[in-house]
Amino acid sequence: MQPESAMTPGLEVTVLVSVGRHPLTGRARRADQDARGVELARSLADAQVRLLHAGMRDESSEAALRGYLGMGFTELSLLEQSEGADVLPALAEALDAASPHLVITGERAERGEGSGLLPYLLAERLGWPLVSGLAAVESVEDGVATLLQALPRGQRRRLKVRLPVIVTVDDAAPAPRQSAYGPARRGAFEATAGPVSADDEWASWHVQPARPRPKRLKIVKAASARDRFKAAAAKAEGGSGQVLTDVTPTQGAEAILTLLREEDVLR
Amino acid sequence: MLDILLPILLFSALALAAVGAVRRIRLWRQGRPSPVPVLRGLAAVPRRYLVDLHHVVARDKVMSNTHVATAGGFVAAMGLAIVVHGLGLGSGWVSGVLGWLLLAASATMFAGSLFVARRRRDPPARLSKGPWMRLPKSLMAFSLGIFVVTLPAVGVLPADAGGWLVALVLAAVVTWGLAELVFGMTWGGPMKHAFAGALHLAFHRRPERFSTKKGSGGNRSTGLKALDLEDDQAPLGVETPSDFTWNQLLGFDACVQCGRCEAVCPAFAAGQPLNPKKLIQDMVVGMAGGSDAHYAGSPYPSPERGDQPVGEHHGTPHGPIVAPASTKDGKALVDAETLWSCTTCRACVEECPMMIEHVDAIVDMRRHLTLEEGATPGKGAEVIDNLIVTDNPGGFDPGGRLNWAADLELPLMADVERAEVLLWLGDGVFDMRNQRTLRALVKVLRAAGVDFAVLGNEERDSGDVARRLGDEATFQSLARRNIATLAQYRFDCVVTCDPHSFHVLKNEYGAFYPEGQASDYPVWHHSTFINQLIEAGRLRLAPGQAARVTYHDPCYLGRYNGEYEAPRAVLRALGVELVEMQRSGYRSRCCGGGGGAPVTDIPGKQRIPDMRMGDVRETQAEQVVVGCPQCTAMFEGVVPPAGDEEVAVKDIAEMVAAALDTTPVSTSSTPRDASTAQATEEVMS
Repeated sequence: MQPESAMTPGLEVTVLVSVGRHPLTGRARRADQDARGVELARSLADAQVRLLHAGMRDESSEAALRGYLGMGFTELSLLEQSEGADVLPALAEALDAASPHLVITGERAERGEGSGLLPYLLAERLGWPLVSGLAAVESVEDGVATLLQALPRGQRRRLKVRLPVIVTVDDAAPAPRQSAYGPARRGAFEATAGPVSADDEWASWHVQPARPRPKRLKIVKAASARDRFKAAAAKAEGGSGQVLTDVTPTQGAEAILTLLREEDVLR
Repeated sequence: MLDILLPILLFSALALAAVGAVRRIRLWRQGRPSPVPVLRGLAAVPRRYLVDLHHVVARDKVMSNTHVATAGGFVAAMGLAIVVHGLGLGSGWVSGVLGWLLLAASATMFAGSLFVARRRRDPPARLSKGPWMRLPKSLMAFSLGIFVVTLPAVGVLPADAGGWLVALVLAAVVTWGLAELVFGMTWGGPMKHAFAGALHLAFHRRPERFSTKKGSGGNRSTGLKALDLEDDQAPLGVETPSDFTWNQLLGFDACVQCGRCEAVCPAFAAGQPLNPKKLIQDMVVGMAGGSDAHYAGSPYPSPERGDQPVGEHHGTPHGPIVAPASTKDGKALVDAETLWSCTTCRACVEECPMMIEHVDAIVDMRRHLTLEEGATPGKGAEVIDNLIVTDNPGGFDPGGRLNWAADLELPLMADVERAEVLLWLGDGVFDMRNQRTLRALVKVLRAAGVDFAVLGNEERDSGDVARRLGDEATFQSLARRNIATLAQYRFDCVVTCDPHSFHVLKNEYGAFYPEGQASDYPVWHHSTFINQLIEAGRLRLAPGQAARVTYHDPCYLGRYNGEYEAPRAVLRALGVELVEMQRSGYRSRCCGGGGGAPVTDIPGKQRIPDMRMGDVRETQAEQVVVGCPQCTAMFEGVVPPAGDEEVAVKDIAEMVAAALDTTPVSTSSTPRDASTAQATEEVMS
């Protein structure tokens, strides 16, 4: 984190938080990336941070959301939704009304559709720019934020963007602080009834636990220690990929279908 | 002239002491309420002092005799002086007898104070200096002064011997003695320990620790007190000195700064920033308000600076003990690292002659840091998060608790519903080293034909680490769920090879049973249970392991639960040569693995397990026998000094499993599963 004194006073930040799901036990918890988003917001000087959640309110989700309150908040705004509702319209309306300078959220939810599309759809609807995969917010001056975007293999890209902006954080953002029981227990939910729009598409889907697919083995043919190290440190790059340029949508779709069949995703 | 002066001196000293007492009591009453039986407590003081406290003091024979002479002499002399000099009671032969008794009492006290003076001539590092250095002189002033002014009363000297100058000198000497010993008791001198100590014994927060006339002496009370989480007004732990209960504050004030705690504290010896004595004195500073500049004992060690200088920390009764994170590099009463250095080994509590409860205080303060500040250091936060979502500190899949025993076909409680023994496996199921211990234990139980079953995936972490890290909420959640699971099944007893689970199940779960239910089963450590099996003749052992071994007492088995004998009895039955370490039994030194210390990992000059393995090497034992997965892990992580051979670390179950007599006996009533035995042996080699 860099010069925090350079922040504009009264920077309004909204963090979109969701109910997470532990990968091993499936228990509700604060979602990891969203918690990183909250941590990022907490580290901004002179920022007024507001937590916003749209979703169903029940015992397990409440316990999970209290995990965010335990990071040092007194309240969390809750847009109550029915089960399986599409939260996009409700969030868009709430953000439009509150018009914060900065909206922070994780890349994708840990339960539900988890497509990672929500930030993009929100940005489209609000007409705001979106920056994905943020590692840090370096400064905010005169309505312009200097952001550090995380790229693969530890690379960073510095971006300047005019506020308001939606940013998403991934695992490159600082790890979230411990959630303390006391503030989590005392924190209040400020519930507002937003518009509820049923998601018919989602309702017709059949959801089942994913079976872990075997990992593709990396075959390393290295002669020297240096090569072996490079191979170990390198990201898996599919060598057999093909780049299609100037093809019709039908050809593209067919190529994708062929690949999916080869990989046994479609049968 | 002295006839007039002495009563005035005596009674003004008593009056000043009374004023001081009121002020002191006000200081204690800043704490939170804690109901105590006042009269019964006060009535119990003589017994608690003469039996329980003296039991601890008498570990140092010279000091205990010194204290008996000095304190006994003082109490008798003071009482008699009030009668003889203060009230002028008694005439004729009565006054003569009283006078001679007073002479004897003050002479005894003088003799005692000579020993105090001797100890103060070259005091060990653990003793506080400062005002404590003048104490022998004050004791002598009082005893000598009273002795001399009493001589005329028995007619040895004429009443006006020496004239007014001598009388004035004597009066001054007696005044000095009275100042230190009578009103110094309540105004905060070294003698404060007598006043606060007596009341501390009367209103102790754990009255169960004291023996009663009928019952056996030295009952243990080692389970932590539960936080009331239902009451959302109750503070979550201790933030300021006034968040302690009033009798905890009284307990801190009773400290006599003898430094026995400091001498046994493993964290202090390792150079971690903790000294139990200083911590208690810091709490006294916080209670009264001020800085620690007047502290005259060993300071907290500091890995960077050697010693933490005194005078940098300060506190008030209602100010924070640990500076909140927002005030970076700001200091309050103590640093957080001090509280996180403790391994909760309870050596200080065991050794404290004033029966002060250091570990309770430390966990109380940790509770605030974890539950309110979210400031558990090191990997602590991660461990707690894992416990919340996976019910084990390592974050392993809770569905894989029995993966290690895939070939053992352990009977599940869910299938059999009742068994003689419920085998509590603990989180060691995820640790490959402890799996070897568990396999050995299963082999032993099968050899003895014990009808046992395990909970399997229904078992959760006992909550020990969460509780010592201050996360009472997670502990209570785990405890309640474990209790609900246990309530479904019928069993005669619980056996575990983890002393931490053992302690929590035995001593701490009781408070969390639903209304109308109670834990009705005994809990045994596997060493106790194996010893019972041996004594009952259910195990056939083939002695002849000609090994020289030493035994390390786990804190949570020994000091927490008083089990020193069973593991040694088992080792004797095995026929191995047992050599004791210098610090064993109730003085056993911690392995460094308790209280979440390996998780918070506060740096010091050396590591606690290295020191303990040094103790092991001193005995020249080939093996060190342990009875705790934490101890095993800590000791096996020790790298032997260059040139030294590695000392094998064996769990007591492994020792027994290796000594099982496997020759078939025609009368054997226990059918043995050959495949199981083979699988176990494979791992043992």
